[in-house]
Amino acid sequence: MGLFNIKKKAPFEPEVEDLSAVYSADSPIDASEFETVGTDTGKMEAIVRPSISFWKDVLRRIRRSKVAMVCSILLGLLILGAIFCPIFSPFTISEQNVTFIHKPPFSVNPETGYVHIFGTDVLGRDIFVRIWYGARISLVVAAAVALIDCIIGVIYGGISGYFGGRVDNVMMRVLEVISGIPYLIIVMLLMVVLDRGLGTIIIAYSITGWTGMARLVRGQVVALKGQEFLIAAKTMGAKPSRIIARHLIPNILSVIIVNITLDIPSIIFTEAFLSMLGLGIAPPESSWGIMANEGIRYFQQFPSELIIPAIFICITMLSFNLLGDQLRDAFDPKLRR
Amino acid sequence: MNLKLLVYILKRILYAAITIFVLITVTFFMMRLLPGDPFTGGKAVPEETMAALEAKYGLDKPLWQQYFIYMGRVLQGDLGSSLKTQRAVTSVIGDTFPVSLDLGLRALCFAFIMGVLLGIIAAVKRGTFWDSATMFIALIGVSVPSFIIGSLLQYFLALKLNMATGTQVFAIMGWGAENSKVLPAFALAFGSMAIISRLMRTSMLEVLHQDYIMTAKAKGLSQKTIIWKHAVRNAIMPVITMMGPLVAAVLTGAFVVENIFSIPGIGRYFVQCVQQNDYPMVAGLTMFYGSFLVVTNLIIDILYGFIDPRVKLTGGKE
Repeated sequence: MGLFNIKKKAPFEPEVEDLSAVYSADSPIDASEFETVGTDTGKMEAIVRPSISFWKDVLRRIRRSKVAMVCSILLGLLILGAIFCPIFSPFTISEQNVTFIHKPPFSVNPETGYVHIFGTDVLGRDIFVRIWYGARISLVVAAAVALIDCIIGVIYGGISGYFGGRVDNVMMRVLEVISGIPYLIIVMLLMVVLDRGLGTIIIAYSITGWTGMARLVRGQVVALKGQEFLIAAKTMGAKPSRIIARHLIPNILSVIIVNITLDIPSIIFTEAFLSMLGLGIAPPESSWGIMANEGIRYFQQFPSELIIPAIFICITMLSFNLLGDQLRDAFDPKLRR
Repeated sequence: MNLKLLVYILKRILYAAITIFVLITVTFFMMRLLPGDPFTGGKAVPEETMAALEAKYGLDKPLWQQYFIYMGRVLQGDLGSSLKTQRAVTSVIGDTFPVSLDLGLRALCFAFIMGVLLGIIAAVKRGTFWDSATMFIALIGVSVPSFIIGSLLQYFLALKLNMATGTQVFAIMGWGAENSKVLPAFALAFGSMAIISRLMRTSMLEVLHQDYIMTAKAKGLSQKTIIWKHAVRNAIMPVITMMGPLVAAVLTGAFVVENIFSIPGIGRYFVQCVQQNDYPMVAGLTMFYGSFLVVTNLIIDILYGFIDPRVKLTGGKE
């Protein structure tokens, strides 16, 4: 290939070799005014942008996503409302007023002068305060069940996945049997045996609810187990408990958070479902399921009594579902473009 | 049939049997946990009567012996009888279960066909209006509980439409004529349809990016052939694995849908028994329901072993 190796002159190569001839004494710039400063390798490699950790990155992505922000704000409002509305409302959840029943939203009680923002129900109870009290129930059940499921699931799945072999085999077979039992049936069976109420719902759902989480955690642990940093930790003599707590759990935390967020709608649904069948929270307490049940009865004459709790149930479930999807996208580097 | 498949099937059957066994055991001990006794209903009864009654029903024997007697009876198909009506649980099941099965099968077929279709449309028309619309429907489906969908359908499509048109388009409640079966089946199916369509979309998108689809395209096959002959067959696999939980969802969803539409199915009966504290009935129906779902799951698992040759036959569900 050297046949045509003719060196060409660069088109803009200066004709004059001696630069000082160009920048002569009458030129305003003198070459002697400049000196080479050299290169500061330290400065060239300096990291001036803030370091973005994994969690900061996730937070940034969530902030950037409009859907996630709207859902977070809605859920934030829901939590605030659930805490404060029943405290500051002039009505209580079981206060009846038989002379003022089935009123539409924003009707004013002529005796007291108070406004019933969502109207009143069949017993003249204020729907607004009952809705927010129901939000309390739903959120408390969701939080408690999610926490219990998470603790049992992480411990069970973590141990099973970490030790592997025979332990894993036995634990997974046990799990398979437990998760084979349809949960709603066990929940209903328990509602018969135990007193109906908040605690029973939490226990009943937790008994079968943790299996999904355990499976997920086990899968993640098995996937992580072969990686170098874990082998290193093991070689240096870290105890299994330390490896699980310090190395494995932080690495699977994102999966756990996403799973909890996506589980919460089904927990809220189960509570509403049971209460709606008269098997959950016992009246005169209030829950969205109870209100929906009463609303269905009078739907034809007073549609707002069903529509209001229905909207709250749907928006809450929708927000958690959407937020979970967004979180999953934010957490999973593989889904990013 | 190769040996591996046989071992796989036997293993699944064994797990199903253990699950049913655990279910019966749990039910038995839970019923024993109940306060009070099943006879008196709070009345004072002479001790001799009590002893005679307990002897008659075998309650004087030690617990473990009662347990084995109970287990034996259950295995012979005797699930006990109602406290209120004295009817045998099996006769109640015979009356109510066919109705629920009919409703459930309709809902499942609807959910499966519509879900798969919507998923395919969303995946093929990815990023367009159709994709957004389909996924919006799916989102509504997972976020709106069946009891709300059921009540709204009943109000607008049965009550209002009948009033507006003057004819009975859909029956408001009950079970019998075909027009009474549409709305409950739809209400029951909606949530599952949403789940299937989301799953189908994801799976379809994954399959459409694979090399063999590109080969098919390069060969010059029509879009229709590529989608129906090549893509859907592989993409439908994850949906089939989900069928087990979906059957459970549809069956338990029937509890509330049957209540709303006053359908004389097993779900409505079960809820009534729980509300009336009819313990033997609840126990019997629980065992029946549970076993039915376990067996359904077993069949789906085994079918899956046949359908997908790649399934890890030894490990079971991962």
